[in-house]
Amino acid sequence: MREGAVNAVLLAGLVAFPIWAQAADEPFLITLATRAVILALAAVGLNIALGWGGMVSLGHAAFFGIGGYAMGILAFHAQTYAPLMEWPFVIEGTKSMPVIWLVAVVASALAALGIGLLSLRTTGVYFIMITLAFGQMLYYFTISWTAYGGEDGMSIYVRNGFPGLNTLVPVEFYGLCLAILLLVLALNAALVRAPFGLALNAARQSPERVRTVGIDPGRLQLAAFVLSGAITGLAGALFADLNRFVSPSMLSWQMSGELIVFVILGGTARLFGPVAGAILFVALEHLLGGVSDYWHVFLGALLLLVVLFARGGLVGFLAGRVR
Amino acid sequence: MTVLEARTLNKSFGALRASDGVSLDLRAGEIHAVIGPNGAGKSTFIAQLCGSLTPDSGTVHLLGEDVTALPVPARARRGLARTFQISALAMEDTVLANALLGAMGAGGTPWRFFAPVRRDQTLRDRAEAALARVGLADRAHVRTADLSHGQRRQLEVAVALTLGPKAFVMDEPMAGLGADGSKAMTGLLDGLRVEAPILLVEHDMDAVFALADRISVLVAGRLVATGTTAAIRADANVRRAYLGEDA
Repeated sequence: MREGAVNAVLLAGLVAFPIWAQAADEPFLITLATRAVILALAAVGLNIALGWGGMVSLGHAAFFGIGGYAMGILAFHAQTYAPLMEWPFVIEGTKSMPVIWLVAVVASALAALGIGLLSLRTTGVYFIMITLAFGQMLYYFTISWTAYGGEDGMSIYVRNGFPGLNTLVPVEFYGLCLAILLLVLALNAALVRAPFGLALNAARQSPERVRTVGIDPGRLQLAAFVLSGAITGLAGALFADLNRFVSPSMLSWQMSGELIVFVILGGTARLFGPVAGAILFVALEHLLGGVSDYWHVFLGALLLLVVLFARGGLVGFLAGRVR
Repeated sequence: MTVLEARTLNKSFGALRASDGVSLDLRAGEIHAVIGPNGAGKSTFIAQLCGSLTPDSGTVHLLGEDVTALPVPARARRGLARTFQISALAMEDTVLANALLGAMGAGGTPWRFFAPVRRDQTLRDRAEAALARVGLADRAHVRTADLSHGQRRQLEVAVALTLGPKAFVMDEPMAGLGADGSKAMTGLLDGLRVEAPILLVEHDMDAVFALADRISVLVAGRLVATGTTAAIRADANVRRAYLGEDA
């Protein structure tokens, strides 16, 4: 099977699943699928940095969490009718998803710019460690941020709204999340074929070559890191809206690790790799989680198999081509 | 006309003087070879010319402009094209992708996020012309890792060509090539000097004496001789220092 066929099957499954679940009257499964789609979006973001850019970030939960807190803070102020700030101008909270998304994307992109500027001075293990350190810094910051729930996090009573949709209906919110995922995947596909993608790909493999043709590889990587963080931040806002809850656990390093697992499990630098990885993870969590509390053992074994025998991840394995 | 010029470059690593007052010029239309035994400081010299090392003192001029403070990409954009002793290419990508990368760098167009690079005819023309020039036109869609060693050396030259360079700096383009490969590469480089002069660092003496208009000899960080090929061949100091008594 070609990779395109694998992608088409995954896409068809994502569209068909809620229709089936709706018919079978299983709204919980739709919520579960929504979780998979949102986690997939977060991992698609990471894949740009990790897969194409070759930057192993162990701090992407920070962007996921920033997106989550962007939603939480805006919605919290909307439901308490207390403005975020009154001077020098008034900023009110909001329950409007598009506004929340915009804030989430801008905030996480700015954070990625700052973290990227400092982290990209290093490579390899040091890059992993410094991104981890930034992630942990923000994690402990949110724990101590008592104005917004501190360690307990905060709940939002009603899911935020999107014009023309009732986001409280599981299938409508699922459709919204899927539409965003597909839009981002389309942009990702274009990016990979565009000059920027080609240069980023080369910068991962041979930075010296890229410099020698007059391009600064560090700037390419920084741009990719910012884009990557922004996408993961958008996913964070959706994730918080799905749970109607945001807490420091979104920024924990386990979350960063899980995102990396999604990407590797599904196939690094493959368009639908993170999607396959996230779906597999959520499916295993649901199916095996009912069997044993220690289901991560099976996940670990599977990850081991993928790393040892299927370097292209699930998508690469199904596509039957080594790149 | 002088295209590329090094003026009294000094570079030390601790007690080691890797470049000791090296002055050298590359003139339009010529191939200027730099030879010397291992450890003579050839790589350090190239690194200072191309910008990956900053000299302790001395300057580098490209087309009259002092580029000593400029980093590698800025020098490349001004037309300094370098090839590596050990091929530095994007191995997972196709041959064409590597050539396109060079064309993008030259055109200053890597910051495009949407339009597919393969449909940019300007870039493609530039990349394909360079591949045709080195004889890799029919290998354009092959993965670079699947090329033979000799073809990778040719691709190095092709990527340099996509820059539309003002000067080439080539670090042992013959390295690892067999007799046939060396011959083909010699022919290719011979024809390139009309496009841009070549500063050639090379161990293959047959190629050096076949190609070079002038030769400079670097020993222990110092230039011990610079002159025409015939003059260097006859120079007693050079024979003793490098070529061996019987050369």
